[in-house]
Amino acid sequence: MKPFEVENMSITFGKVTVLPAVSFQIEAGECFGLVGESGSGKSTVLRCASMLLNLWDGEARIGGKSVKDMPAMERCRTLQMVFQDPYGSLHPRHSIRTTLSEPLRIHGLDNQQQRMEQAMTDVGLPLSFLDRFPHQLSGGQRQRVAIARALILEPDVLFLDEPTSALDVSVQAEILNLLVRLRDEKGFTYIMVSHDLAVIDHMCDRFAVMKSGHIVEVLPRTAILDGSAKAPYAQELIAASLAYEGAA
Amino acid sequence: MSMSHQTARSSTSATTARPRSQSVQTAINILTFLLKSPTSAFGIVVLALLILTAIFAPLIAGHDPYMQNLENTLSPPSAAHFFGTDELGRDIFARIVHGSRITLTIIFLVTITVGPIGLFVGTVAGYFGGKTDVVLMRVTDIFLSFPSLILSLAFVAALGPSLNNAIIAISLTAWPPIARLARAETMTFRGADYISAARLQGASPARIIWKSIVPMCLPSVLIRLTLNMATVILTAAGLGFLGLGAQPPMPEWGAMIATGRRYMIDSWWLVTFPGLAILCVSLAFNLLGDGLRDALDPKQMTKR
Repeated sequence: MKPFEVENMSITFGKVTVLPAVSFQIEAGECFGLVGESGSGKSTVLRCASMLLNLWDGEARIGGKSVKDMPAMERCRTLQMVFQDPYGSLHPRHSIRTTLSEPLRIHGLDNQQQRMEQAMTDVGLPLSFLDRFPHQLSGGQRQRVAIARALILEPDVLFLDEPTSALDVSVQAEILNLLVRLRDEKGFTYIMVSHDLAVIDHMCDRFAVMKSGHIVEVLPRTAILDGSAKAPYAQELIAASLAYEGAA
Repeated sequence: MSMSHQTARSSTSATTARPRSQSVQTAINILTFLLKSPTSAFGIVVLALLILTAIFAPLIAGHDPYMQNLENTLSPPSAAHFFGTDELGRDIFARIVHGSRITLTIIFLVTITVGPIGLFVGTVAGYFGGKTDVVLMRVTDIFLSFPSLILSLAFVAALGPSLNNAIIAISLTAWPPIARLARAETMTFRGADYISAARLQGASPARIIWKSIVPMCLPSVLIRLTLNMATVILTAAGLGFLGLGAQPPMPEWGAMIATGRRYMIDSWWLVTFPGLAILCVSLAFNLLGDGLRDALDPKQMTKR
């Protein structure tokens, strides 16, 4: 379990400043949500912190150590990411076995077969699925594979980039429960990007409301229902979400 | 418990057998798909005939392709000489049969040179982008801007006419379209999540290109290479015709047409049969390429 903090993270694409200066702290073992409308920079925070984008200013520290200073191999074993679209995040020509064994081979880990079997068991997939290809799996099963791939390097921090938004509601619940269970078992620190407050309510301890690259307010989970949000935009977002939930 | 143990064991035993049977199964699937359509079936049959002819050339030919018989020059097709004889009394059928070996050598060598070079340049340029892309693509543009036959001609003229130089010259002009294709393909999925995931796992760029990008580019590159083979045959025949490819007395089809040209009016069989051979083989490669395009379509792949 390691704490995670972001300090003055800023990035510009050409003339557009996507993140002016984002800062937040997450305690070890916490699940922290990032909510906001499309284009508010939620996913960009994750992409920067995971060094998928590397031309940004500021700091992101995991357990007090900057991700920029970490050697690539160590960084990979400290943080992993689960992507939004399970149809695009698995290589279509790789079997599940290849998908899971690649990280093990890159990092030269032993007991590959056992580790793969453990990861498959952790995400609740039968071992026979190892020899399947992504197109032979359903969306929920693919997302489980993507989670297994993230688990297999035993990271401390897991970035979840809208892990359920491409899935059906009933499958969403399965994946969320799986993520909750994994956090209880393995003590991950989660950062979860979502625009669904119901998902945040289910998963997260605290969440930050983002608008055009700024963090408007950091709120505890209870703020969704008790209306304790102070910033007008956060109030508006929560009210809109509740109204939508009520209507649906 | 015993149940799960059993599953684990059966899955390990499946691992060892799987990669082979999987690829064999895919190959069989593709082949049956190709044989279903008459055009690509024609392509496969002609190419199978070509390969068999090349392998068993001495058995099929019946005559020595180099044996001259000056008492029997320019004799028309007959039972003794199926396709007649040329100006030196050599059996044309035997020369065409032996020429298939030369044609296959050219195609094979050009393809194994051009495929990897094009794939490498294209995927590297497409994956890295930026300056690497600019440099590699400008080099490609330079090669593309020459008409391919002229560049081959210049190259062969500089190094001297021979079959090997013709092969090098053709390879030199054939890789840029492959590189362009591979680059375009690479750029469509270099931003895909599975590439990001591979980077997050610590995969080096070389590993990402080899393991994730090349498998995605391979089908279209294979199709392009197959379609290219027809052009390669024609260019080789063209160089042979101009006297810059295979040298006499090698029975290269293009060179045979070139020498037969002088006797064309009286002895039509000198140019007709080598011409038909070139036509059939390049047509077969074109049809096979078209068939492969359908067979390797990703949407077809998902059915398998």
